[in-house]
Amino acid sequence: MRAFDYAAPRSLDETFPLLADGRRVRFLAGGTDIIVQLREGRAECDLLVDLKRIPELRRIEIRPDGTLAIGAAVPCAEVYEHPEVRRRWPALVDAASLIGGIQIQSRASLGGNICNASPAADSVPALIVLGARLVLASARGERELPIEGFFRGPGQTVLQPGELLVRIEVPPLPPCSGARFLRFIPRNEMDIAVANAAAFLRLDDDGRIAQARVALGAVAPTPLLVAEAGELLAGQQPNDELFARAGELAAAAARPITDVRGSVLQRRHLARVLTVRALRGALARAQEGS
Amino acid sequence: MAKVHVRTEINGEPVEFLAEPRQSLLEVLREELGLTGTKEGCNNGNCGACSVIFDGRVVNACCVLAVEAEGARIVTIEGIARDGELHPLQQAFLEEAALQCGICTPGIIVAAKALLDREPNPDELRVRHWLAGNLCRCTGYDKIVRAVLAAAERLQAQEVPQR
Repeated sequence: MRAFDYAAPRSLDETFPLLADGRRVRFLAGGTDIIVQLREGRAECDLLVDLKRIPELRRIEIRPDGTLAIGAAVPCAEVYEHPEVRRRWPALVDAASLIGGIQIQSRASLGGNICNASPAADSVPALIVLGARLVLASARGERELPIEGFFRGPGQTVLQPGELLVRIEVPPLPPCSGARFLRFIPRNEMDIAVANAAAFLRLDDDGRIAQARVALGAVAPTPLLVAEAGELLAGQQPNDELFARAGELAAAAARPITDVRGSVLQRRHLARVLTVRALRGALARAQEGS
Repeated sequence: MAKVHVRTEINGEPVEFLAEPRQSLLEVLREELGLTGTKEGCNNGNCGACSVIFDGRVVNACCVLAVEAEGARIVTIEGIARDGELHPLQQAFLEEAALQCGICTPGIIVAAKALLDREPNPDELRVRHWLAGNLCRCTGYDKIVRAVLAAAERLQAQEVPQR
């Protein structure tokens, strides 16, 4: 591995000056992607900035208005062990508990999963359907954007030089709503998604779908919000025939490639099947009021 | 690049070392500190052979930089047996013949200890899922899972304090 310097600032105010002296900087949270990339020469830097000593990046907070704020360096295991996250945002638990094995989950952060910008990132479709927003910070201040607007392509994001992801904000789930995330891999665990999908449904008093969101991963250069599926579902009575049509729209929205993990044909098929199953799972959770 | 002075705790003892930022915890454990029980398998986070307990959580030492160990509490395979007595997990691995070539064994015992420290009575499915990040190319896992379940039973029967 090429040599680099290391800094572990204690605050964002200590962090920003490190980003301004012209050195090539990479950030270290859980390290399960970046350390391997540096070792294998797939990433290079002059300075590695460890974000784990910055208290606000290590915190899970539930605000008085019900918003969940997850610091960018919080490991997956802390997310899925959090009792309130388990109770209120089970779709996030679906995703965080599928990323790698226990050794990876002990370190890997949602922030790193997002910033690594793999099209197959497991946390992202769940966060998209939950309406998550990302808060980015630089010496110039903070800005925020919906997570689906963060990605430009494989490994490419809207982050500017000198800017970092500091937290993920997930709004409270409205009453009578539910969300589910699912992934397909050829084994039971410890693999990268051939495809993944998440769905969110909110029901009205008559049990009709008031609002829906569907998102896909690993079937396009970036994770996809399938807006047309949400439009189809809104106002309808939930049933298998409707979900099948939403699945067709998801398959049509997919722009997959063939690679070692799967073919175009298989990924389109998975986009459809996973969408239908995620919708069924979201409906079950909405109906049980979770 | 300047070496960094790191103060940490390994197997209950304070340890200080100098490390280059690019050195992994695995590299420093094995090559600087002589703790060669932690094995290098894939060196990319897939196989679990380098599992150590880091601040109470099992991690791959190949995916942690040595400089990140500042202020941490680390347990390696060398810290599992106490006072010359094998830990019930180690005893169970011997009795169940839960190893063949042995390269994966330290990592699996460390990972299994992290499980039993948290959940003294896991079922078979839980053990299999917990150990999903530890690859064994010899045993087929059945004997490993049996050994972990036997150790859990023994630990509970003896009420051995978790350490």
